Amino acid sequence: MSRILIIAEHDGETLNASTAKCVSCAQAIGSDIDIAVLGDGIDEVAAQAATLDSVSKVIAVNAAHLAAPLAANWAPEALSLAADYSHVLGPSTTLGRDLMPRIAALAGVNQVSDIMEVSGPTAFKRPIYAGNAIVDVEAAEGAKVIATARIASWKAAGNSGGATVEQRAASSSAAGHTRYVGLESGGGERPDLQSASRVVSGGRAMGSEENFGLVYSLADKLGAGVGASRAAVDAGYCPNDMQVGQTGKIIAPDLYLAFGISGAIQHVTGIKDAGTIVAVNKDSEAPIFEISDIGLVGDLFKVMPELESLLG
Amino acid sequence: MKILVGIKRVVDYNVRVRVRPDGSGVDTDGVKMSVNPFDEIALEEALRIKEAGNAEEVIVVTAGGDECQQQLRTGLAMGADRAIQIQTSESLQPLSIARALLKVIEREDPGLVLLGKQAIDGDNSQTGQMLAALWDRPQATFASKMVLNGNTATVTREVDAGLETIEVDLPAVVTVDLRMNEPRFVKLPDIMKAKRKPLDVIPLADLGVTVEGDLKVHHFAPPPQRQKGIMVEDAAQLVQELKSRGLI
Ligand SMILES: Cc1cc2nc3c(=O)[nH]c(=O)nc-3n(C[C@H](O)[C@H](O)[C@H](O)COP(=O)(O)OP(=O)(O)OC[C@H]3O[C@@H](n4cnc5c(N)ncnc54)[C@H](O)[C@@H]3O)c2cc1C
Ligand SMILES: Cc1cc2nc3c(=O)[nH]c(=O)nc-3n(C[C@H](O)[C@H](O)[C@H](O)COP(=O)(O)OP(=O)(O)OC[C@H]3O[C@@H](n4cnc5c(N)ncnc54)[C@H](O)[C@@H]3O)c2cc1C
Repeated sequence: MSRILIIAEHDGETLNASTAKCVSCAQAIGSDIDIAVLGDGIDEVAAQAATLDSVSKVIAVNAAHLAAPLAANWAPEALSLAADYSHVLGPSTTLGRDLMPRIAALAGVNQVSDIMEVSGPTAFKRPIYAGNAIVDVEAAEGAKVIATARIASWKAAGNSGGATVEQRAASSSAAGHTRYVGLESGGGERPDLQSASRVVSGGRAMGSEENFGLVYSLADKLGAGVGASRAAVDAGYCPNDMQVGQTGKIIAPDLYLAFGISGAIQHVTGIKDAGTIVAVNKDSEAPIFEISDIGLVGDLFKVMPELESLLG
Repeated sequence: MKILVGIKRVVDYNVRVRVRPDGSGVDTDGVKMSVNPFDEIALEEALRIKEAGNAEEVIVVTAGGDECQQQLRTGLAMGADRAIQIQTSESLQPLSIARALLKVIEREDPGLVLLGKQAIDGDNSQTGQMLAALWDRPQATFASKMVLNGNTATVTREVDAGLETIEVDLPAVVTVDLRMNEPRFVKLPDIMKAKRKPLDVIPLADLGVTVEGDLKVHHFAPPPQRQKGIMVEDAAQLVQELKSRGLI
């Protein structure tokens, strides 16, 4: 029988939407699902986690050394909680990708990265080569399954659940060799790129940080999150946390609008799961048109202001 | 101090890989192979640290078959002082790679280990974190900036929420992101020089690493393809189309 423990992602105050997506992935594995919330002063987060559908129990571990999500501190704590479980699941966000392999190595098992589909309790599908191939992987017989769920592949679980919350004392102590200094957040007040239902993205063609303002203002009209190609980030037009693609964020909004993005494989792999892809590019041969649902050949400096005014 | 840099031979990032029709893997016959782009950045960072006088030696290491010597030579041509091949014909998974790298660490005693944040073929993004766990040392993953200050390093990490800064004691494992630096180009004379630099071959078994607990990889399939959609003429038509689909 599968017993699944999900490691919650949060910022100390709010549960990240990636956790609800892990719950959906867990539901495909089995029905016995608990969530661990590690942190310091995280009772509110634990209460939020307790509302997620099909979760039986939330284990809250409050300790000063768990306040920041340092893998060196979280991994030993998660490992000790994992003793009672057959599966430990985290999101494929930077938190999960940093943390879960450290837990897996301590547990002495290989990790399954980026589960996109569950074929059985220990059998999964995952993408490799920037999404150009999908492999079937199966955990070794009897081994604990430590995995990340590819969050773009899973819908958030509902929140009409009512799990119990259990407080537990930390069994680990601070690693000492690793210290958290701080976080500089780039995104601001716009919808979170990874959970937004609409995303507007700009590429190299935006030309400058100032021009990138066109992306922000159109996004605000649509209530959308803002994304970018690597070229736009590298050129300094926008912050790094907006990068979409193989080495940025993999997203699955209902609507994705790409302006002046050519459609390199490394970018496209980040948007393959979007509902509808709209591309505006002045080159009718741009590869992005091979995968877009609605294409428009045109100059973005003309089209973007027009769209904005048409949207009222 | 010594810096150890892990490099992996991968299908070049410009190649569009294709799954073999029988699902046994991806076609790599005659395909261009390169150093994983993240690993070039890791090596570049190591070389800059050495050039700034903060390290004495840069060692590149890979676990793989003899064909990987080509990528080690590229690393030597970029400026690494010597290379180590952990020789194996098996396709190792991250835990085994981490165990093997740990054995090399025990022999070489580096002050810093630099890896890529992910290999662009397996896309696992695990090896560095596993190595740090087994070594019981700090990990600083997805690093876009690193400042060494004596026995510690201050590292800026590219995380989903922005830029996170952590401080780690050395030795530590740092996995690098794309924006850390621009790797140098290799010049022809350096390729000649690289041929004379030492390249040690150590069979995996000699390191006492046994491969176990691997995930079984059964079948490769091409991803579902998105269909080419429609083209519209102008912004007005686009808005109309989005409205008719109920998207705005
Ligand atoms: C290891 C590795 C990882 C990578 N990871 C990522 C990743 O995660 N995400 C990512 O995005 N990239 C990634 N890349 C980079 C990727 O290969 C491309 O270089 C990048 O996506 C290109 O960005 P772009 O489309 O904005 O720029 P370009 O390819 O330069 O395209 C600009 C486009 O704008 C169009 N254009 C120009 N002017 C106008 C105008 N006035 N109006 C309309 N259209 C116009 C042009 O026709 C062109 O198609 C990675 C690369 C490597 C090697
Ligand atoms: C039967 C079988 C078939 C497989 N077939 C394929 C296949 O066709 N294609 C495929 O991509 N994978 C295949 N794999 C998995 C393959 O072994 C992975 O590439 C491996 O698990 C490493 O993961 P990664 O490269 O994604 O590592 P990551 O953890 O993403 O690598 C991060 C960093 O670790 C370092 N590193 C990684 N590997 C090495 C190394 N060997 N030596 C030195 N440093 C290293 C590099 O610095 C790298 O940037 C197969 C596995 C099995 C069992």
